[in-house]
Amino acid sequence: MMIRMNQLDFSYRKKNVFSGLNLTLSEGHVYGLLGKNGAGKSTLLKLMCGLLFPERGEINVMGYLPSARKPAFLSELFFIPEEIYLPDLKMSAYAELLRPFYPRFDRQMLEEYMEEFEVSLDERMSRMSYGQRKKALICLGLACNTRLLVMDEPTNGLDIPSKSHFRCLIASVATKDRCIIISTHQVRDLDNLIDALVVVEESRILVNVTTDRITEKLVFKNLEEDESALFAEESVKGRWGVVVNENGEDSKLDMELFFNAVLQHPEKIRAIFGNDKVND
Amino acid sequence: MEFKDTQAIYLQIVDWMCDNIVKEKWKSDERIPSVRELGILLEVNPNTVMRAYECLQNQHIIYNKRGLGFFVSEDASVRITERKRTEFIGQVLPEFFRQMKLLGISWEVIHCEFEKLNREEDS
Repeated sequence: MMIRMNQLDFSYRKKNVFSGLNLTLSEGHVYGLLGKNGAGKSTLLKLMCGLLFPERGEINVMGYLPSARKPAFLSELFFIPEEIYLPDLKMSAYAELLRPFYPRFDRQMLEEYMEEFEVSLDERMSRMSYGQRKKALICLGLACNTRLLVMDEPTNGLDIPSKSHFRCLIASVATKDRCIIISTHQVRDLDNLIDALVVVEESRILVNVTTDRITEKLVFKNLEEDESALFAEESVKGRWGVVVNENGEDSKLDMELFFNAVLQHPEKIRAIFGNDKVND
Repeated sequence: MEFKDTQAIYLQIVDWMCDNIVKEKWKSDERIPSVRELGILLEVNPNTVMRAYECLQNQHIIYNKRGLGFFVSEDASVRITERKRTEFIGQVLPEFFRQMKLLGISWEVIHCEFEKLNREEDS
């Protein structure tokens, strides 16, 4: 168990965000955190990183209370927010500054990652474009080798080749002892990397389930015209939808369709995956 | 690698790996890339790649040497052909029969076409 949130309440002044939220996340997975705008994805990430404090309930991350911000906790966590802040330094200098705080920081990895992304270690970051700075921060975050890596919309602002490099990097750091959490609207950018989905909606977690489990329980396929489905969309290719997997069929998870199905029929989906937790 | 939307990723990886073996890009008793290496190459979660390896291991197409990695079985090609036959009978044929019924195509027509194709190949 990497993260456990228990009966969590949180609100911004008068806007209630979470009430009685429960969530358990384990190492060895790349979680995709999905939710509509304003559902509380970023808030959830900030709560687990100790950047926001809950009003009620418990949060346990790697055995620590995030809000206590213990050095031992912070040295095992790297958070890449959506809106990034970087000082007016060269990455080479900034990395030296951060290095003492991350015991497993790997300078050689940083250099390799930066080279892959074609970002210079010796250019002042204030002179870089948004995309360049984002890539620089991703490289730094990965090179810190923390057990927990939290990213809020990491592919925003990345060009097409960079998205592919990003996927390679994530595939290379997704190890058994590490937990990677990525909040995203760009599901297609990360489709084959995410192996568990967490959907947040209406102040709670609607589902938290591995992609294998989803395709065990549901089939994503082209439907006959009158075939009943849990959820379906019309397209030029015909009816594309999701049905309950009764015959043990193998199909490819369509994350967007699944997300829409969850929003449309939360109770049905909860009944299918209700007691599931991503624990293995 | 471009993945299709219509088949589970791990099965598409299985097919791709089988192709590599049949085309002898990966030869008998040679070590194949590690799960991590293939994950990076294909930009896929290592857990998904591992599922493909397990599937091929269960069918004795690849085998694991502890601490050394995965290797191509000696009779991998034979087993792949077996696998493809099973797949053809289990998946391609039912769809083929369904279309036959739907379009009202008789066995005689199929037989005729089959003979025609054979003759063309022979000449």
